[in-house]
Amino acid sequence: MEKSLSWREFIITRLIQSSGYSAILFVALIFFFLLREGLPALGEVDVSSLLNFRWYPIESYFGILPLISGSLIVTLGAALIAVPFGIGTAVYISEVAPRWMREILKPLVELLGGLPSVVLGFLGILVLAPFLRVFLNLPTGLTAFTGSLLLGGIAVPTVVSVAEDALDSVPRAYREGAWALGATRWQTIWRVTLPAAKSGVLTAVMLGVGRAIGETMTVMMVTGNAPVLATGLGSLFAPVRTMTATIAAEMGEVANGSTHYHVLFFIGMVLFIISLIVNVIASSVVFRAKKRAERILS
Amino acid sequence: MMKLFDQNRHIVQRLGFIAITLMALVTVLPIIGTVAFILVKGGSAISLEFLSGFPHDGMRAGGILPAIIGTLYLTLGTALFSVPLGIAAAIYLSEYARDNQLTRLIRLAIINLAGIPSVVYGLFGLGLFVLFLKFGTSILAASLTLSIMTLPVIISTSEEALRAVPQAFRTVSISLGATRWQTISRIILKEALPGILTGIILGLERAAGETAPILFTGAAFFLPQLPHSPFDATMALPYHLFVISTQVPEMPIQIQYGTALVLLVFVLTMNVIATVIRSRARAKRQW
Repeated sequence: MEKSLSWREFIITRLIQSSGYSAILFVALIFFFLLREGLPALGEVDVSSLLNFRWYPIESYFGILPLISGSLIVTLGAALIAVPFGIGTAVYISEVAPRWMREILKPLVELLGGLPSVVLGFLGILVLAPFLRVFLNLPTGLTAFTGSLLLGGIAVPTVVSVAEDALDSVPRAYREGAWALGATRWQTIWRVTLPAAKSGVLTAVMLGVGRAIGETMTVMMVTGNAPVLATGLGSLFAPVRTMTATIAAEMGEVANGSTHYHVLFFIGMVLFIISLIVNVIASSVVFRAKKRAERILS
Repeated sequence: MMKLFDQNRHIVQRLGFIAITLMALVTVLPIIGTVAFILVKGGSAISLEFLSGFPHDGMRAGGILPAIIGTLYLTLGTALFSVPLGIAAAIYLSEYARDNQLTRLIRLAIINLAGIPSVVYGLFGLGLFVLFLKFGTSILAASLTLSIMTLPVIISTSEEALRAVPQAFRTVSISLGATRWQTISRIILKEALPGILTGIILGLERAAGETAPILFTGAAFFLPQLPHSPFDATMALPYHLFVISTQVPEMPIQIQYGTALVLLVFVLTMNVIATVIRSRARAKRQW
């Protein structure tokens, strides 16, 4: 009896241990399969033609620069929206709002994090794009700007929850010290609390941007999907096509093992590496999150 | 002079607070607006026939039953893989893992899993499950893909719930002669259950609403019948909404809003259940 019990204990412990290690295995597997299917692209297409301005796979033009510039411009626009509104909302929830308001706002922001991106894309097509077309007098409402607006909304919950964690973890004594010296609450927020939470807020911004780069369905539905190189601010109001949208739109139609297929995996590899870099830097910023879960959730 | 300065500071503070309150409202009101808009617009499309019928006339008429059932299958399939694995991994991190290099690597891996773009999960699922393991575009391949994507959410929330159980519970149980596993399975897991459940539901909520990971791993444009086995492809609500709002010309707007509504209600219900479980557990907690 003793013996069988300890055997069971042994096996269960091993099972639990290997489950724990599985996260590493999955990241490795994902990277391996992206490399396996993506690296052949380098053999089939010259690096110089990959780094070109023309994406037209049917005639074997695989220049990914317009896609990268598309992702960058949409993400930049999203960051310009998500960062101020995300940090502002986090400051409001953590420092200004009365308790009851906080209880309403937090679940609502969480809810935004849970809205399926395809629903936002759907509303983008039907409501936001026609509105912007008329309001800004554009030839089409399906532009990078439309994508940025929606992506900003998608990135906001990430920014809010991480930044709010960071603000929460600033010791109360810091604020009390500032008040005792005669600072107003507003001065305390800007000169004491936010600077003290700086690294956490930075993490929030990075994770928000990471979220925006990786978003697929919404941008595919509302940015118009024209693979044109973004050259300036004007491109913000023209159709663009992002890396994620290209994969999602074209993968279904390519023959397995073709050059086009390999190039799409190659783009996936680039996206994977970008998200790896963003997350490694974000998590190495000296900020011990109390609530890691909430950050991942939103 | 001093007085004037003092007044200024308070005016600045008042203006600042107003500005920041407005910012929070601008962030939050569109959320309420979005949900309300879809509820109102989609409400009239909902009927028994819509919920229980098959699409016909090139999806321009009829119901969305196969998409609803498909999303249920995918969500359950995802749960089947990600729940046991996620909870076990959380137990490892909270109860067994020492604070060493390997554990830090595991945590880094989890954070990275959480950050990988959903369409990259789709590529991975296509490469590993559909092609390499030859599952084909199927419920199985899509569920496996979704469960790896869901894993970080379940692991982190469960670990947090396990860690919140006071150390004294463990000490007392061990001192009464229980083994480590007995302590975990009979005491710790029970206490942490509401937190773990919340995490599971929030993770599955995300899986249910995702489109990109299932695009090339299991989603079907249209199927005249329900899937019979895990190796069949399936229709799914988010993919169906994508299809009828971008790929089908002259699609009646009513059906589009109705589909968006059903998807939204599906996801929101899970969200509300998770929120309720969490707040009730917080209120009842005695430690």
